[in-house]
Amino acid sequence: MTAYTLAEKILMRASGAGSVRDGDIVVAKVDLAMMHDSGGPRRVAPYLQQLGAKVWNPDKVVLVSDHYVPAVDPQSAAILSLTRRWAQENGITRFHDMQGICHVVLQENAHLRPGMLVVGGDSHSPSGGAVGAFMVGIGATEMAGVLATGEIWLRVPETLRVKWTGQLAAGVCAKDMMLALCRDLGQNNDYKAIEYYGSTITSLPMAERFVLCNMSAELGAKAGMIAPDEKTLAEIRANGGDIDDSALQWRSDEDAEFERVVEFDAGRLAPQVAAPHSPGNTVAADQVGRVRIDQAYIGACTGAKLTDLHMAAQVLRGRKVAPHVRLLVAPASLRATQIAAADGTLAALTAAGAILLPTGCGACAGYGAGVLAEGEVCISSTARNFKGRMGHPTSQVYLGSPFTVAASAVAGYVTDPRALLH
Amino acid sequence: MRGNLNDLRGRAWVFGNNIDTDLLAPGHAMRKPLEELAQHCLEAIDPQFARSVRKGDFIVAGEGFGIGSSREQAAQALAYLGVGAVLATAPARIFYRNAINLGLPVARFPDAHLVRAGDSLAVDLVHGRVYNLTQDTEHDCEPVPEFLRDVLRAGGLIPHLHARFHRQQP
Repeated sequence: MTAYTLAEKILMRASGAGSVRDGDIVVAKVDLAMMHDSGGPRRVAPYLQQLGAKVWNPDKVVLVSDHYVPAVDPQSAAILSLTRRWAQENGITRFHDMQGICHVVLQENAHLRPGMLVVGGDSHSPSGGAVGAFMVGIGATEMAGVLATGEIWLRVPETLRVKWTGQLAAGVCAKDMMLALCRDLGQNNDYKAIEYYGSTITSLPMAERFVLCNMSAELGAKAGMIAPDEKTLAEIRANGGDIDDSALQWRSDEDAEFERVVEFDAGRLAPQVAAPHSPGNTVAADQVGRVRIDQAYIGACTGAKLTDLHMAAQVLRGRKVAPHVRLLVAPASLRATQIAAADGTLAALTAAGAILLPTGCGACAGYGAGVLAEGEVCISSTARNFKGRMGHPTSQVYLGSPFTVAASAVAGYVTDPRALLH
Repeated sequence: MRGNLNDLRGRAWVFGNNIDTDLLAPGHAMRKPLEELAQHCLEAIDPQFARSVRKGDFIVAGEGFGIGSSREQAAQALAYLGVGAVLATAPARIFYRNAINLGLPVARFPDAHLVRAGDSLAVDLVHGRVYNLTQDTEHDCEPVPEFLRDVLRAGGLIPHLHARFHRQQP
């Protein structure tokens, strides 16, 4: 019997192909299409009109307004208004307006299942692989094609298997794992699926598994994937999803053909920081040197989920942000904000001096509040520090975990958080 | 797209590795109309580019061209400015698809590092050949696969689908 990777199994099912091997081009039926206000209706609607086509199946579409929220000028208000109108006109019932960032909202609402083929109109779409789905990012024209036909052509990817063993030390988290991988595996793993496994992965909570798949985008991967286990199913059920144990079948065969297998020791990992202007420009946090910061930013799907807010609060409780630093917190979802408000997390953050921003993609992509001026230095829990992404082209963005961002906000310079955790 | 896929001609604009989508389509310009957005294309590393690029010119770049966001304005801005094709050691996956879908040819070009800014090139994306007319050299590049050449010849995915729909529903 031929053995297959998880990615191959999903593409075989979705394309109806009896057998696939990496490099094959398949035409697959899409189980779910997710788009947001930036790459969504404002761009796909004219294309659909040009085609004279309707959405192939409104029940298989999830729409999220997260990029231009809340509106700050007439242009962004018009984009949001158009998004709402399009959702209504096209019968999109799974429309999440200002409820949080699309990738987080998808999982909070149990829209994803192991084994699904999902396309997302956003580059961080590999996030969906955290539950064992195959989710790829596409652009708006491609999305219009999917909406019109329900199909997409895909090249069956090689799978790079990344094994993590050992236990993360206190103050070290999934973000540090990914910053280290961006350095060690590079950013040009294009056209590959990256599958994470091993004892470290098994012990990680779902929100941390999400970070691994999410930042697979920074490795250049087509998809990031983690095979489902009991924890995956429990999370889907807790979010209101109906799923039975047969979903556990969605895993790679152990004798499947992997492009390569690389192993890492989580026990030896220290907090990591990526210096400007690349997520792969990574060193241990205590090797950065004395970098004075103007802003500390906790935001984005990568770095402002409830678990991330908890990490920040663990550092900030009873401390104050350095006088020359502004600490901005933009929670990744409304639900994270609500829970963090109820459990005292937001109180700890704001007492330390954090400024609370609206939930949404915010300053991560330079769209929302918190962008940087000429020459300013920021440490951020987001995923990307490309030149000019968060504001002025001369601004400098360092990437770190929520622990590291919070500790740096207190110290006033980029710092290893372990000194502040007891 | 402009011209024949087997005979594209223009000057080379040479860039390095990991030219990301924020450089091609900066966030601050993303809510603006394309004609304004395109004027900011690559401004952070080459302020002259948008003003000086001419119809048919090539982008020649290294690894990770178009890494980052799925925003297709990154490819659309280049097409709007008249770029004839992108030849990169390793084009990023989403950028590759976006460009083809918008009618902008892209190909893998392992010898990209041998091209100098301003070199005059003739490119055959059907057979995978790059002729450097300035240096008088010839190089291989990856041909554009047949099924994607159909998309490019139609002018992109939407006109391609339009033709398909039109055939199905006469």
